Order: sequence, then structure tokens, then C-alpha cells
Amino acid sequence: MSTFEGLKTDGEAAWRNYMGDTKPLLQVGMGSCGVAAGAEEALAVLRREVTARNIPATVSITGCNGMCFAEPLVMVTREGRTVTYGEMTPERIPALVEEVLVRGGVWAEAALGVSGEEEWQGIRPLAETEFFRLQERRLMARCGVIDPENIEHNIALGGYAALHKALSGMTPETVIQEMNQSGLAGRGGANFPCGRKWDFLRQAKATPKYMICNADEGDPGAFVNRILLESDPHLVIEGILIGAYATGAEAAYIYLREEYPLAARRLRIALEQARARGLVGDNILGLGFKCNLELVVGAGSYVCGEETGLISSIQDSRGMPRIRPPFPAQAGVFGKPTNVNNVETYANAPLIIAHGGQWYASMGTERARGTKMFSISGHIVRTGVVEVPLGTPLRRIFEEAGGGVGNGRPLKAIQSGGPLSGFLTARHLDLPLEPQAFAPEGVLMGSGGLVFVDEGACLVDMVLRYLTFAQDESCARCTTCRIGTQRYVDILERITQGKGRPQDLDTFRWLEGVMRNGNCAHGQASPTAVISTLRHFPEEYEAHIREKCCPAGVCPLPAASPALTR
Amino acid sequence: MAKVTLTIDQKTVEAEPGDPLLEVAKKAGVYIPHLCYMDDLPSYGGCRLCAVEIEGVRGLPLACTTQVTDGMVVRTDTAPVRELQRGVMETILSEHPDRCLTCHRKIHCLPNWICLRDDVVTDRCVTCAKNQWCELQQVSEFLGMEGTGRFYEEGRSWYGAREEIPLERENPFIERDYNKCILCARCVRVCDEVRGVGAISVTYKGDKARIDTPFGIPLHETNCELCGACVDVCPTASLMDKTTKWAGLPDKLVSTICPYCGTGCQLLLHVKGERIVRVSADAEGAVNKGQACVKGRYGLDFVHHPERLTTPLIRDNGAFREASWDEALDLVASRLGDYRGEEFAAIASSKCTNEDCYILQKFARVVMGSNNVDHCARL
Repeated sequence: MSTFEGLKTDGEAAWRNYMGDTKPLLQVGMGSCGVAAGAEEALAVLRREVTARNIPATVSITGCNGMCFAEPLVMVTREGRTVTYGEMTPERIPALVEEVLVRGGVWAEAALGVSGEEEWQGIRPLAETEFFRLQERRLMARCGVIDPENIEHNIALGGYAALHKALSGMTPETVIQEMNQSGLAGRGGANFPCGRKWDFLRQAKATPKYMICNADEGDPGAFVNRILLESDPHLVIEGILIGAYATGAEAAYIYLREEYPLAARRLRIALEQARARGLVGDNILGLGFKCNLELVVGAGSYVCGEETGLISSIQDSRGMPRIRPPFPAQAGVFGKPTNVNNVETYANAPLIIAHGGQWYASMGTERARGTKMFSISGHIVRTGVVEVPLGTPLRRIFEEAGGGVGNGRPLKAIQSGGPLSGFLTARHLDLPLEPQAFAPEGVLMGSGGLVFVDEGACLVDMVLRYLTFAQDESCARCTTCRIGTQRYVDILERITQGKGRPQDLDTFRWLEGVMRNGNCAHGQASPTAVISTLRHFPEEYEAHIREKCCPAGVCPLPAASPALTR
Repeated sequence: MAKVTLTIDQKTVEAEPGDPLLEVAKKAGVYIPHLCYMDDLPSYGGCRLCAVEIEGVRGLPLACTTQVTDGMVVRTDTAPVRELQRGVMETILSEHPDRCLTCHRKIHCLPNWICLRDDVVTDRCVTCAKNQWCELQQVSEFLGMEGTGRFYEEGRSWYGAREEIPLERENPFIERDYNKCILCARCVRVCDEVRGVGAISVTYKGDKARIDTPFGIPLHETNCELCGACVDVCPTASLMDKTTKWAGLPDKLVSTICPYCGTGCQLLLHVKGERIVRVSADAEGAVNKGQACVKGRYGLDFVHHPERLTTPLIRDNGAFREASWDEALDLVASRLGDYRGEEFAAIASSKCTNEDCYILQKFARVVMGSNNVDHCARL
């Protein structure tokens, strides 16, 4: 059984060795985003070049630092400074090797930025670039820095210190106290205070108790959990263990969606390494705390992201959200008390324990504490993942980090929170990013997905796609959800074909009232896309139904009203 | 635990704490429309019809998933409740043929009359085998569903271009027609939770969701015991007894004991004229509580079989001839006199009751002096 001090010493030694004083370190960003952009080939070419030319350099991998727009990324560390190079496709790798390793230059034109706070050889600090300067990197501190398949790197950079602190010096009650003080609310979209939720489980009488990490990140446009799991899986594991200690859970599951094979691989490796070092298992860190952690991979259903659907799925049942009560804290997985939190919620726990609830609460706004990761995509220049203090104006994310639309067209709509949420207009860019500010506009801030849509898109068509998704993913328990979504799709389809009727809009509102009667959020909230666009974009429906035209020219309709052109 | 007192539509009702409100209301004589709830099984909350108003509770909670508490004040017949129920019903009917449900003429028409709606023949109310004894129809009537509804002309509603699902009628007893299914999952739950078989399940999701066997194989190739419990609980014409589907409504129901084995399941014979047109399990049965097996449920057609034995037969010179019971019993008694003790053995049929079997062993031991007594079910 290794002590934490021992692990820390080993980790630091390994990290020093990795960063290397003598030879340069080259890391290829291997998140799914990087792999999709050709990082695997880039890594192979890099290895081949370095070996063929007999260059003394360490070639390794890292996760994604959030700059998905510039993938594949290569980070080169020399003399303690790390330069990030973007768009290092396999074709450009030989040039990188030539410029940087052979000639010893910096290739400033291809560099996105350098680590640290000062300029270095004509390269400005990454932290000062538009993408980074509004960010506050806490959860993502190790993303794109360490090798995610190496636990020692995580430990060297502060990993598992919070777990050690909790196990060796804090009672479960004080852990929950800190969580309460931090004001951390659930990051999966429901925004429920995390400390209170843990307290429910702690007070539950029945045993054993279970912790579940919801990594079924199914919202199209949301990929914050994926980035965390692929880039720093140990942060999440540590958070789950802290939660298990605070609540008295002796077993935990990570429920991962099937569509994240790379995250599954990284988690398996991480769990194996953590078990081998006594960080997961029967006697964690020799401090007498027991928690077994297992990875469960889903089978591809959106509603398994709903906690009771997820629990059914872990039990090998059909993934259907079930009737509450009983709530999971009373009877969850295998009928035992269970706590379900999102990946990002757990990832916050180590930070709170390490630095204290007060430190955590000092960031963000009065009603939404801490930082939050957002995945930004759609019609923007820079897609990727950013971590900002809650309350940051949406406009800064869009204009600074995202770089605006970039194709000359104005911004039309913002989709936040996935298919169970709705659409905002460009007028809403001044909203602060906190759940409470989004609610009055009839949409959710959600789990972190922000999709920006320019004027080239037709919202009726987009809403049709969202409802088709909601319809496809209905678990078929509630008639209102199963059939209601189908009727929405029918009518929307008809409208996009120019066969809309004025009374369709009343039917939309009426049907929403019926669907509110559903059992879970999927059935209750799937009309939100329609209702929010009826509220914010009535002119789109007007054009399709009355004028029989699609101003964006997406639907199979004329772009201008036939009545006007006549 | 102490009983709780609550008020349902101004009626004061006593109940066990934690009982489902729907069941408590039903016992108190207050009908709350529902299509997926089944007595004594955990609530499924699928049909979303049984909404009620409860003082101090937000929205319109479901009666089936609400557990009664002391002092609860429930109203089941308010305008918002009925409006929501009709809304839910309207979504259900958009996926179901509704001529038999919403036509104002349906109670006046008989088979072969001219349809006043001038519907195509296959769409008329009388073309549904469950017409007039259908639970969906009853709920629809209770809620006063009329006319064609908002979704009448939508492309995928029942009368439109919807793809017809082929009937599954490969097994001899149960016919499955999922065109009429409302996915209440009663059949799935009774099969799994009552029968412990689990031959069917909700498969797929969204608009492709359907009750089906694993990989869609025919029912009799699964572990289905063809007990027909699913047919009994189906609120529509999706699951029907194949042989008696079109037998229509019975004149009367006769409760009886199944003749097949000693379990003594109580069955309900659906009698029309002089014929048994259908058999179902009697929910009042103390032994079987509404359940039966394939033999009791589908095996009673021997009653009207032309080759059924109705008198004893005696073999004379190698050929059978009909005889009276007196003659047959006299013959047996006279011949049994030739044997005593170990020469004699008695085997009872499992169709016999316990009392019959007791008498047989008594006869063997006391009259015949033999302990060679056995029973076919032991073999």
C-alpha cells in the first residue's frame, strides 16, 4: 500500500523527467477533436521523423486544451516554455520538425501562443490570446498539459491531494460543509445544490450506497465532459471518490455514453492505474476508506442521461426514466440509495476541498458560483471549449473566444442547453452566463453546449431537426412524449413544405401544455425548441405559414414570398 | 400502520397510507380514467390520463403515482383535469383508429347497417373485433371524445399514409395487431411481473417503439407460455384470442373451475346462446387471482367438439359400444372382485380434485387392500 507522500514523490520525479531539462518534449493533442482532425497520423509522422532523423526529443500525447478549432495541436516544451502550434496536420509535421527541432527556431508564424505570462522569442503568451484571456482555468488546468494516460502527471500537478486531504483530515460532514459553502450547483443542467444532494445520500439509512457519475453527455453541441474525461480523467475520479467519502458510498459507477470510445479507453487506463496505486479499492491510501469504482458504457440512448433512465441502464434494464418518487437518494441503483451527478460537478469537488468552499465561492456571481466549462460550436470562427467564471456575458464568449461568425453574415440565434432547451436571439448576447438569467427567456443554460447560428440557417428547419431528435429518443413510456413529439415533427415538416396552417401555432402551444404532463424532462421540455422560437422568432413561422417562403432558403420553398414577387 | 383519511370529490375515504390514489378512488367508487394502471402492480405512469387536482400540489399529478396521505383533498372532475385528459386522449387517438371511438352514431348502428359517415368498409367501427367491449372506447366515451381532433389530417395519423404493421398470427392462440397498440405496456408488465415469463418487451424507441418479442420472432418460439394474461389486460384490440376474436359479446359470463388439473383455477366462461365462445381467467378466483394457463384458457374448445366422449364405452369383442354409467360401473365392480391386495394398483389423473384422489386411495387401501397408489402428476 503506497502512501500519498510516496505517490507524490514518484509523480513529481516522473513529471520532471517528462518535462526534461535536456531534450525537448513534443506533445500531440489527442482528444477526439484532435483525432478527427488527423492527430493520430500527425503523431505517427512525428515519431517517424524524430526517429529517422535521430533527434533527441520526447514524443508524447496530451489531451485537448479546448482549442478544437486549431486541431491537430502540437505542444513543444523547451527551456521550461511550452509553445502551442495549431493545425499541425501530418503534412506540416516535417516542417515543424525542421524549423523547431533541427534549426532550433520557434516558427513564430505557426505558433498560437506560449505558456507563462511573458512574451518569448516573439510569441505572445497563450493566456493573452482572445480565446484564452477571458478564461479562468481551474477544471481545465491540466487539460492539454499532461499525458492523460499517465496518473503520475496528474499527481505531480496536484491530483489526488484533495482526496488525501479529505480522507486524512476531514469528516464527511465537513466535506459536505465545504461543498455547501462553495455554492456549487449541479452542472448537468438542473442546477441543484451539490452539497445538499450529497447530504440526502449521507442521511439515507439503507446500505450499501452508490455514487454515480453521469457521463452520458448526449446533448448535440455539448462536449465539455468529453474534453475533461479525455484530457484529465483522474480529476473526475478524484471528485467521485471525495463524494463517496462524504456520503458513505462504498461503490461508484461512471456511466459513459457509447459514443465516447476514446474517453472509455482513457477511463479504463485511469481506473487501472488508480487501482494499482491504492487510490480506488478497499483501503484507499491506507486510510481505511473503501470505494470501488467501475465504468459502465451505455448502449446509445439519449434518455439514459436522465438519472433514473441511467440507473435502469446500469441495472441492465431498458433505459427508461422511471416514476419518482422514490428518488434515487432513497432507492436508486439496485434499489439502494444513490447519488447521481454530472462529470463536471464531480470535477469541481477536488478544487473545493483543496482550496476551500470560500475560495470557490469567490468566483462567479451571487447566485451562480464558480467557473463553468462551455463548448462553443456552430457558425463561429473558433470552436472549442472554454472555462469561464459564471456570469461572464455571452457576448464575450461569442465575440472574443469564438471570434464572431466570421463569414460576414450576422448572428441569428444561439442554442444553449441542447434539444430540451430552446433558441435565443442575437439580442440576448448580453445575458450573463448563469442559469437564472436564461430561465426567464424560456430556455436553459444547460450543461454547457452553446451553438451559434448565423442568418444562413432557417430556424423552422432547425427546430424540426431538434424535434426529430427528441422524437427519436423518446423512451416510449409516456404517450404524451412519444406521440406529442411525433405530431410536432409532422406539423413542422408540413410547414417546411409550405403546407402550414395558421392554426398550427395554436396546436403547438396547446400540445406543449399536454406534454408538460410527461414523467421526465425529456417529455416535458422537448417542445421548448418550438415554444422559444415562437416567442423569439415569430417572423420565421409567419414567413413559412403565411407567405409560404423560407427567407434563409433552406426549406424546399421560395426564398421570398410568392405573393410579393408577383 | 394507522389508516389515513382523505377526501376525493367531497367523499371522505379511509385508506392505507402509501396506497396509490387511483386504487383508493376506485374502491371509493370514483372513476379516474386510466389505460395503463393495473390493480396490484407497481404504477407505470405511461398513459398520463389519470391526472387529478390535489390541494397544495402543483400542477395536475397522476393518481396512479400519487400515494395517499392523511388529509389529502383530491378533485377528479374539474375543468383543467378534464381538459388535460381530453388532450392526452387526443394524442393517443392520433395514433389509433378512432371511428369506433368518436363517431356520434356508433351506439345506434349494428353490423350490416349503412355507415352514415360513409367510411371505407375497413375503417368502420364494426370492423374492430373489440368494438363495444374495448377499454379505450370506454375511456373515450367517458371523456366525451367527439369529432376528428386536431391531428385528423396529419400525414402519419391512423387514416393517412401510415405504414401498416403486419399481424402476428403464427401461433394458434394469440393474435397480435400492433396497429391498434397504445403502448400502455400492460402486457409487458403482466408477462414479466405477474407471470414471471418476460416473453415480450417494449422494443426500440420514439416512433419506432413497439411491444415485441426478442428480435421479433413469433411468440411461440419465445419462452411465452401462451397463457393469455396479456390478452386479458390489453385495453385495445391489439391482443386478441385468435380462435374467438370475432365471436362478439357474450350473453352471460359463467364462473367455473377449470377441469384440467387439481389446481382448481377459477375461469369465466363467456357464453353466447348454448356455446362457450371464450374463456378468461376469473379475477375473483381465490387460487388463481385472474390467471390461467394455456390449457384452461385455450383448451376448453373440447366442450363443443364433435368427437367428444359423452357416454362410457364398453369394449365388446374388440369393438367399443356406448353404454350407460350404471352398466359401466357394474361391469368394473364385478371384474374388480377378481383381484385383491398386491394384484391391484390405482393411478389417479391430475384432472381429479383432492377429494376425488383421497377417495381413490381410500378405496385402494380399504376395499382392495393394496398400497399401490399413484398419481399421474408424479411421473
